[in-house]
Amino acid sequence: MAINTDYTGRTFDPSEPYEVSRVKIAEFADAVGEPSPLCRDRAAAQAAGYPDVIAPPTFAIVVNAANAARVTHDPGLGVNYAMVVHGEQSFSHARPIRAGDVLVAQTTIESIRALGSMTTLTSVTDIRTTDGEHVCTARSTLVERGA
Amino acid sequence: MPSYDQTEPGTELPARQYQVTRANLVRYAGASGDFNVIHWNERIAKSVGLPDVIAHGMLTMALAGRFLAEWAGDPGAVTEYGVRFSAPVVVPDNNEGATVEVTGTVAERLDDHRVAVDVTARSDGTKVLTRARAVVRLAPC
Repeated sequence: MAINTDYTGRTFDPSEPYEVSRVKIAEFADAVGEPSPLCRDRAAAQAAGYPDVIAPPTFAIVVNAANAARVTHDPGLGVNYAMVVHGEQSFSHARPIRAGDVLVAQTTIESIRALGSMTTLTSVTDIRTTDGEHVCTARSTLVERGA
Repeated sequence: MPSYDQTEPGTELPARQYQVTRANLVRYAGASGDFNVIHWNERIAKSVGLPDVIAHGMLTMALAGRFLAEWAGDPGAVTEYGVRFSAPVVVPDNNEGATVEVTGTVAERLDDHRVAVDVTARSDGTKVLTRARAVVRLAPC
C-alpha cells in the first residue's frame, strides 16, 4: 500500500506535554558522548547565561519521539514502517531546550512525493512550551522503499 | 574558542574521529527511544538487505552536533542544523566498531555573530552525511 497523498497538508493534533528533566538531558548527552558541563551542571549552565542545564542540539528528536510515532503509525497514512529509512532531518532552534521545559509538538505533513519505487514523506513539527513560546521547528523526511 | 571577529569563510574546524560500537547503539536506543531492530539485531538487519547492524542516523547527526558544540564551546550555540543521511554507518560486532570522521568548514558569516558551517561525516571511506549545514553562534571577539 502506498502512502496516502490525501494527507498532504494535514496537521495532527498537538502531542501530550513532554516534561524535560535534567536526568534525561544527562542520559542523552552520555549516549551521544557530549561532554559539556552545560548539559549536566546547573551552575555551569547559569554561568553561561542559561536558566538551567541545556540539551544537546539534536535532543528535540526525543521530545518528538512519541508524537512522531503517532503520526507515522496513523493507519490512514499507510506508511509501511519496515521499509522506511530516515532521509533528512533538520532543527531550527529559537533557543536551546532546557531542563524544566514542558513542550508540546504538533506535526504537519508538508509533502508526499513518489520517486520511482520510493515515496518521500516530509513533515514539519512545531515544538513550543505549554505557554506558547516557540522553541524549535523540526523538519523530517522519511523515505519508504518500494516493496 | 573561536570568536566571530576572527572567523572567516574557509576556516576549517578541527577534525574529529568518533568510535561507534554496538554498546553505543544500545545506549543511544535507550536514551532516544528508537528501538528499531536494525540497530541491534544482525540477523534481522541482514534479512532486510543491510550488510550488518547500522547506527541510528540520528546518532551520526548527534556526533556531528557534538563536533560543532565542541568547536563553539557551547551546545546551545548550534541554533540551526540540518543533514541528509546518504549512507548507513555499518557497525560490526567487535571492540572497535565503526569510525565516524567529521570535518567542517565555515561557509559564510551571518549577522548576530553567527556563522554557517558546512559539515561532512565519513565512515569507512563513504560520506554518511551530505548537505549537512549548521548555523553556530560565536562569541563576538
